[in-house]
Amino acid sequence: MLDRVAGVGDVAIFSLKTVGWIFARRQRRDVLLPSFYQIGVLSLPVVALTGLFIGMVLAVQSYSQFRAMGLQTRLGAVINLSLVRELGPVLAATMLAGRVGSAMAAELGTMRVTEQIDAMESMGANPIYYLVVPRFLGCLILIPTLTVMADFMGVLGGYLYSHLLLGIDYHHYWTNSREYVDAFDFLMGIFKTFFFGAAIALVSCHRGFNCDPGAEGVGRAATNAFVHSFMLILVLDLFLGIGLDNLQDIFHPEGPRKLL
Amino acid sequence: MPAPAKAIRRDISDPPVIEIQNLSMRFGDHQVLRDISLVLPAGQTLVVIGESGCGKTVLLKAMNGLLRPTLGEVRFEGIPLARMNEHELARIRTRYGFVFQGAALFDSLTIADNIAFPLREHTRLSAAEISDIVESLLGEVGLPQSVATMKPMQLSGGMRKRAGLARALALDPHLILYDEPTTGLDPIMSDVINELILRARSRDGVTSVVVTHDMHTARKVADVILMLYPLSRLPPGEPQVIFQGTPHDLDNCSDPRIRQFIEGQAGTRLSELKDEQARDQAQSTPPTPEHSQHTEDET
Repeated sequence: MLDRVAGVGDVAIFSLKTVGWIFARRQRRDVLLPSFYQIGVLSLPVVALTGLFIGMVLAVQSYSQFRAMGLQTRLGAVINLSLVRELGPVLAATMLAGRVGSAMAAELGTMRVTEQIDAMESMGANPIYYLVVPRFLGCLILIPTLTVMADFMGVLGGYLYSHLLLGIDYHHYWTNSREYVDAFDFLMGIFKTFFFGAAIALVSCHRGFNCDPGAEGVGRAATNAFVHSFMLILVLDLFLGIGLDNLQDIFHPEGPRKLL
Repeated sequence: MPAPAKAIRRDISDPPVIEIQNLSMRFGDHQVLRDISLVLPAGQTLVVIGESGCGKTVLLKAMNGLLRPTLGEVRFEGIPLARMNEHELARIRTRYGFVFQGAALFDSLTIADNIAFPLREHTRLSAAEISDIVESLLGEVGLPQSVATMKPMQLSGGMRKRAGLARALALDPHLILYDEPTTGLDPIMSDVINELILRARSRDGVTSVVVTHDMHTARKVADVILMLYPLSRLPPGEPQVIFQGTPHDLDNCSDPRIRQFIEGQAGTRLSELKDEQARDQAQSTPPTPEHSQHTEDET
């Protein structure tokens, strides 16, 4: 139990140091750009593809239930609302945790095990500035853009499946979507991703920095980075969801809109 | 040497480069070093020997503040490391060179970028000046210019070690720390490294600490040899430093523990290890002290 508390404290100190180093020194292009490329550009295809499929899966799953109630024309509303509020952000975050988070933990873990992090420190260079800050900024800044991509592909996938295979009318599909999904829903989804991105980067880099020796240690760091970031994503999603829903109630005092 | 010329002239009144007082290191329940004291005057080469797991690497890392002492004090040129904040420690480390056991070159950078790393971090030299320094450092450690654009993984072990040495020399350090510089190299390459250690030392006023279990290296480069004994096998109360003196004294030493080490004879060690194992199995409390000590030394 005490170890857990100490562990949380350790991550907190690590996070504070990271944030401190963002402002302590000017960031260098040649340090930032490779990380940004790795995190953003190379993640784009997987995020786009999974987004497309999740949109189609949503269409498949909701169609039969909505048809039973004769509400299949409302399909657009439910698909797009779940996409921009929940699935797009969480999907982009999950892909980032799996693709980038575990790779970061493995890379930094290998650097720890082969004494490269010690070497950096022994040359008077700060490993957090060189290794963690670029990855943190990459995740923080690029995860919203990946989410936009996941949202877009999901909306596209959901529409294509509904229209082409389920025969939902174009006009009804989009009118209903427009009526039920507003900018707040979209922005709330994007807002959440900043927390997801920060969590992924900090948890994964921290795992890598505190990697146990040997190949086993590196493997465990990579696995733990994904598992812990994924759990954190879902926990954050729940609490941010509750908080943001309350906020929405303040702006829309007429109460939650009903699909039925 | 076109590196930023810092005159490192010293005289008798200079404080010793490294001064360690009653240093103890403990990781969790496991004590690695106990009550070590030593003084290393400028220009000397200290060789630390001892079997695997006796805390040599830990001692080396305590010397440049990579590991903080549990008890005791480490002073570099008269300044206690423990009182420095991260920023001051980073600045003082520019006066250190550290050659790691596995060279610890950055995989993602080329050899030239690796060697240039400390220069880019701590000097305002232009790109052309830095590339001149890198070129001359490569020459100094006997590496062809063609390796400059290669990644560390493309090089052999001996080449990586030499590139690591070039990187350690880049800022004209006052003190160079070598962690097992010849481990894993063939005898000829080992001797090349020994020669390079001697040559680095002939740079004006450079002080060196070499951690090794290679007696050939110890005899060749040492002014002073210090031998550590693993605490787990030391009777309580006995000092952990079982020898301190010149290579000549070492050869005339009659302590059986030292003779065994320098002559490379296991003696009764295997049966001791078996006894330990049997004892551990009886107590069934893994991991064994021997094992965990080893891991700590490697990390």
